[in-house]
Amino acid sequence: MKNLTLMKPTQTKPEKLRRVVYTPESQLRHPIRLFRLMLHDLIASRELAWRFFIRNLSAMYRQTLLGYAWAFLPPIATTLTFVFLNANKIFQVSETTIPYPAYVMVGTLLWQVFIDALNSPIKLLGSARTMLAKVNFPREALILAGVGEVVFNFLIRLILLVIVFVWYQVKLPVTAWAAPLGILMLIAMGLMIGILLAPLSVLYQDVEKGLAVFLGMWLLVTPVAYPLSTKGLVGRVAQLNPVSPLIVGTRDLLTIGTLSQPGSFLWTGGITLGLLLLGWLIYRLAMPHLIQRMTAS
Amino acid sequence: MSKDVLVTVENVSKKFCRDLKRSLWYGVKDVGSELLGSRHSRPSLRKGEFWALNDVSFELKRGECLGLIGSNGAGKSTLLKILNGLMPPDRGRITMAGSIGALIELNAGFNPILTGRENIYINASIMGVPKKRVNQILDEIVDFSGLENFIDTPVQYYSSGMKVRLGFASSTLVIEPDILLLDEVLAVGDARFRAKCYNRIGQLREHAAVVFVSHTMEQIAHICDVTLFLEKGNMAHFGSVSEGIQKYFKTASDTDAEKDAFETIEYPLKSAQLCFDRLEIRYGDTINLVAEFENHQAMPGALVRIPLYDANGVGVAEWDSQRVGKVIDLEQGRNVVHISLGPLCLKRGLYKVGFVLNDATGIRLPYWSFKQHVISMDGPVHGIAPYQLP
Repeated sequence: MKNLTLMKPTQTKPEKLRRVVYTPESQLRHPIRLFRLMLHDLIASRELAWRFFIRNLSAMYRQTLLGYAWAFLPPIATTLTFVFLNANKIFQVSETTIPYPAYVMVGTLLWQVFIDALNSPIKLLGSARTMLAKVNFPREALILAGVGEVVFNFLIRLILLVIVFVWYQVKLPVTAWAAPLGILMLIAMGLMIGILLAPLSVLYQDVEKGLAVFLGMWLLVTPVAYPLSTKGLVGRVAQLNPVSPLIVGTRDLLTIGTLSQPGSFLWTGGITLGLLLLGWLIYRLAMPHLIQRMTAS
Repeated sequence: MSKDVLVTVENVSKKFCRDLKRSLWYGVKDVGSELLGSRHSRPSLRKGEFWALNDVSFELKRGECLGLIGSNGAGKSTLLKILNGLMPPDRGRITMAGSIGALIELNAGFNPILTGRENIYINASIMGVPKKRVNQILDEIVDFSGLENFIDTPVQYYSSGMKVRLGFASSTLVIEPDILLLDEVLAVGDARFRAKCYNRIGQLREHAAVVFVSHTMEQIAHICDVTLFLEKGNMAHFGSVSEGIQKYFKTASDTDAEKDAFETIEYPLKSAQLCFDRLEIRYGDTINLVAEFENHQAMPGALVRIPLYDANGVGVAEWDSQRVGKVIDLEQGRNVVHISLGPLCLKRGLYKVGFVLNDATGIRLPYWSFKQHVISMDGPVHGIAPYQLP
């Protein structure tokens, strides 16, 4: 809704002024106008998103001694846990295509990307409460900044993966170049869920609390630390789990060179993108109504 | 320059809910009806709701400055937030033409760990100003804020005055909006900085339509062309600045009148009565006061002081019988004292009158009337200071 023209104070402004109208009506009644506004805001938020991204990153790591090493530690910890459990036969899996630690590491990294993307809209909206309540800025910028952070953290962890792969002498198949597609889809799915939950999380803090619990359980029914199988209750739930095809598919691309489940991989990805756009629309329509009710500082 | 209308507000209303849980739930329901492409307006009040703004309408042209005044909770910030596009109205419609610049919370986008310089860029970004533009005027911004030596220190180490200066400098120098919204941010910091602020706002004002919210009537009188006085969300007045300010003071003082005023009468006085020939005057007028006392005992050489207080309770003028050389000898029984107060060279506004009667020693206080009478100074004279030199 803002578009600043920067002119010297002595000039008059002969060009036609941009008009904005506020009414109680739902914005859906004027879909073309809404669509144009959304596109405009998305483009306008580029620079702001970049600024937020840099700002959050600098702020986060400026106050730590270990700096970016903190991006590594969670995946290492999870992997070591599962390796330990497996080695001591507490947690048993069938044969994996590459050495188990590397297998778990890949799965863990992919899962981490997914939950990072899921948490990012909720986290960023929470920390930007004051700004949201007082300043009018394109809110897409917050979402984009979040995506930037997710990608950044993933790239750092990729270094870790490279080290592990080299250590275990895992050969990358030709299809590895297509893996980024899978990663993008994981980000898209996480983001979609995050965007849908974010407006609610602004109002009710149950969302954040419940999410932490729920994600912990969700990890166990996703084939992260084990290959997908159809046996048993866990196997059946894992089959229904929408994240499974994306994790399995991306992992396959990185390890075995072919997709074990090409169909579900592709159409899960397609649906995700569609739902992501829907999520963006809902986010946009919901925010003005929620801002007035937010507990801002 | 053509006087185009930039802000049009038509019958705008907005409701809020008092109860937190209910309010959150209404939020969910509102989102639901938005997603269903709901009908036009929400005219009725649900449980727990009240009208924060009720049927407000006005128009603003380029170069005009509207002062939005009212007591706390009257709906000023709400109106400003709706103008800023942060929330939709529940009734009516608003049309804004041109770019909107809002100086509402100047430190909102700051991250305290980053330096002042970095935060300047962030603030500019939030207001939609490209980096190139900031680079052009970065030196000006730093100079305006007076923070040259600290611009590369993290903001968390700034004093509150420094933060406020950085916020103002980084927000006002980068924008040239068609519509400017100011929420009580004017003139913060020390005197020198405040002068800079006024100048800058004056510059912006020339080419913009300005809506200015403030509780400081001096600022409103100084800057605004027209006022909108809100009372519990309703438009109590829209029009001339002086009238609006009068009405504001009237309501403010009405509520304070009973609390503040008192009267004490002690021996040797039996009763006292003050009578002013008129209480509504114009600049330079003289008021004649007749004070009637009934004494148990004589009080020769009594001393009278009559202080006048402005709307903020600050004493601004005083009449002292000893200084002017008026001898007041009160005898036993009934006494009538004539006092003429004037010429009253005060700016327009409301002034409360005190009356202090001491005995000749100056120690005993047989009569004290505090703020029981109110003088209303009318006419075109207004300014910053109460006493306006003739």
